[in-house]
Amino acid sequence: MNCSKAQGRWLFLGIAAVALAMAGPAAADWALDFPASATELGNKVRGLHHMALIICVVMGIIVFGALGYSLVKFRKSQGAQAAKFSHSTKAEIIWTVIPVLILVGLAIPTARVLIEMEDTQAADLRIKVTGYQWKWRYEYLDHGISFFSNIDDASNAASIRGAGLELHEHYLRDVDKPMVVPVGKKVKLQLTSNDVIHAWWVPEFYVKRDAVPGTINETWFKAEKPGSYRGQCAELCGRGHGFMPIVVEVLAQDEFDAWVAGLTAPAEPEPEPEAEAEAAISQASTAAAGGASAR
Amino acid sequence: MSDTTHEEHHDGPHASGMWRWLTTTNHKDIGTLYLVFSLIMFLIGGTMALIIRTELFQPGLQLVDPHFFNQMTTMHALVMIFGALMPAFVGLANWQIPLMVGAPDMALPRMNNWSFWILPPAFLLLLSTLFMPGGAPAGGWTLYPPLILQTGDAFPFVVFSLHMLGASSILGAINIIVTITNMRAPGMSFMKMPLFVWTWLITAYLLIGAMPVLAGAITMLLTDRYFDTSFFLAAGGGDPVMFQHIFWFFGHPEVYILILPAFGIISQVIPTFARKPLFGYTSMVIATSAIAFLSYVVWAHHMFTVGMPQAGLLFFMISTMFIAVPTGVKIFNWLATLWRGSISFETPMLFAIAFVVLFTIGGFSGLMLALVPADIEYHDTYFVVAHFHYVLVPGAIFGVIAGVYYWLPKWTGHMYNETLGKWHFWLSTIFVNVLFFPQHFLGLASMPRRIPDYAVQFTEFNMISTIGAFGFGLSQLLFVWMLIKCVKGGEKATEKVWDEPQGLEWTVPSPAPYHTFETAPKV
Repeated sequence: MNCSKAQGRWLFLGIAAVALAMAGPAAADWALDFPASATELGNKVRGLHHMALIICVVMGIIVFGALGYSLVKFRKSQGAQAAKFSHSTKAEIIWTVIPVLILVGLAIPTARVLIEMEDTQAADLRIKVTGYQWKWRYEYLDHGISFFSNIDDASNAASIRGAGLELHEHYLRDVDKPMVVPVGKKVKLQLTSNDVIHAWWVPEFYVKRDAVPGTINETWFKAEKPGSYRGQCAELCGRGHGFMPIVVEVLAQDEFDAWVAGLTAPAEPEPEPEAEAEAAISQASTAAAGGASAR
Repeated sequence: MSDTTHEEHHDGPHASGMWRWLTTTNHKDIGTLYLVFSLIMFLIGGTMALIIRTELFQPGLQLVDPHFFNQMTTMHALVMIFGALMPAFVGLANWQIPLMVGAPDMALPRMNNWSFWILPPAFLLLLSTLFMPGGAPAGGWTLYPPLILQTGDAFPFVVFSLHMLGASSILGAINIIVTITNMRAPGMSFMKMPLFVWTWLITAYLLIGAMPVLAGAITMLLTDRYFDTSFFLAAGGGDPVMFQHIFWFFGHPEVYILILPAFGIISQVIPTFARKPLFGYTSMVIATSAIAFLSYVVWAHHMFTVGMPQAGLLFFMISTMFIAVPTGVKIFNWLATLWRGSISFETPMLFAIAFVVLFTIGGFSGLMLALVPADIEYHDTYFVVAHFHYVLVPGAIFGVIAGVYYWLPKWTGHMYNETLGKWHFWLSTIFVNVLFFPQHFLGLASMPRRIPDYAVQFTEFNMISTIGAFGFGLSQLLFVWMLIKCVKGGEKATEKVWDEPQGLEWTVPSPAPYHTFETAPKV
């Protein structure tokens, strides 16, 4: 008897170990909760989420506890006789009023965070974000910098159906040119779209806002720590919706300044597609003219 | 004795074969048609869900093109909402409302036939868009412009089929309101009606209020695409967000259209198997009405990220949170009905209990979603997918299934196979949680909804979810088998079927004869 029990325990441990070993390398994380926040406001949102979750769990324990107790205690098979009561004004008032009080208690701190979240004033840096099918365009309104941000080539190649390529660590969450911002500065985003509705979302900033054609939406974030933060488009925008990643590089102020200087120093901001085409045409015509003069 | 003589001279169907079903004006025939149609649509919509879950089993694209994936998510929702759930509830209403209020039939029998027979061509049209150039609609069931205007040749057919579905629903709703208002048996005052009848009366008013709004919105889409209007096109001075407001003014009452009749079913089933009257009948009616009223003033909680004034955000947050109060009252009333009852666990009761637990979980996540700052992070993630599937699958669909098991012996005259029923219950309940519970975690870990491929950190929970999906889908084949067996034969059902069920439907023989209550019963 003892022997079989011990064997059972070893078997269980063995299965658990094999399961862990199998899950170990593959499972990057079995994340169960919101990601750690990279902003102060995000921490408050995360706190609200936890408060609401705890209230729900406590209510759940009460409701499911009462249900479970009834189902065990008042079984017909155990000879339970049905009572005849069918209402109780007192009980009904109690379970109407108590939820109202809980909800009011939940609404007040939530409204506070909401008001803070909506305050886009006094920004240190403004970036216009435009959604396209299927890429983002970032325009630094104070610096004259503007560029498109596309999905990285490795993800793009691997996402072709049946490609069978190995998926890298940041598959579908990497871009060719990230948005770059300084740490500890309030960055105001002004969002719009060139075609259909998109939504700009970086989970660790707790910022998500729709990019709607014909409208400018505003939101903001203030990253507390340097690093790379990854997100993606959150509003269905067609065939490439799942392939529209967002990466924000948060740099120290001096590194950010160097990045800005690197892009603005040649006095020519990144050529736009049309400008590039124009340049190509003028080059071609000069070449033609040169050829003509040589003859 | 009078019952048997009555049974002997009752008239059967006036025609036979296909002609009977095409021309029938009998509420029981039409109820059966609705229910069979709903079951077929449930299996078609379920197949689409399995295609979605198969593609999402692991990262990388294996099975389908992203555009086809988007067609599947869109069509899955349209088929399940308009094809499976709404017709299931109308089918139950057709069978049960006349039996429960003591009426010989629905008030408008020919219109009843018409409102059903609009459905099959509408769905043939909708499903045929899968084979049109450019494919079926792929912009999500919410049909948001400008994306939905990029649909290929299918676009006008989608709009037309939705118009037909809306017309069918409105006709059905009018019929139900007229029947309940005018054809109750003498002595059955409004406050003596069974809860299922009450919830359907309120649902029918929601349908009449909401469906024309959808019709208006999709008509404006149609003119934007073909007649150069710019209701929703920024380039012409329109506003794409206006569509979302109009759509959700329909869409949120629609959510309650899909759940209120299930509340009614649960309120019939629980008292029967607790052998105790429903607790707080009056407050149940008031709570249902309050939910219906609130459902018209919360629509913008689907749109917290579109950019709204702060006062708007606060208003829609608070009105949404307050829906938890009447919903809570209903849950507490069901608990109090069970309290000190004499409970037994036949299949309908099992599904009803699972409904109470799992719907409550969906309610909890709903409350969390109401909180604007947190919703901004939840919005359009799998957390939302988990939430609405908890209220729609183990909520609304379990409600329908509980109702079917509960009334099936009355319809067929046979008891269903209890062992099969219990297997169906346990498999469905376990797998529905394996399917949808991990999706909460995926959403919190920031997986967006409606994507055909995902970052590698979401792999594990997606695999579990897909396994649950196949388990749940295959379990429903047991349900189909049980239904076929029960229609074909089985232990004879008595008039009352259960121990001491309340209501007029249990005073007619099983199976219910083709014509019932030709003389009105006294209540």
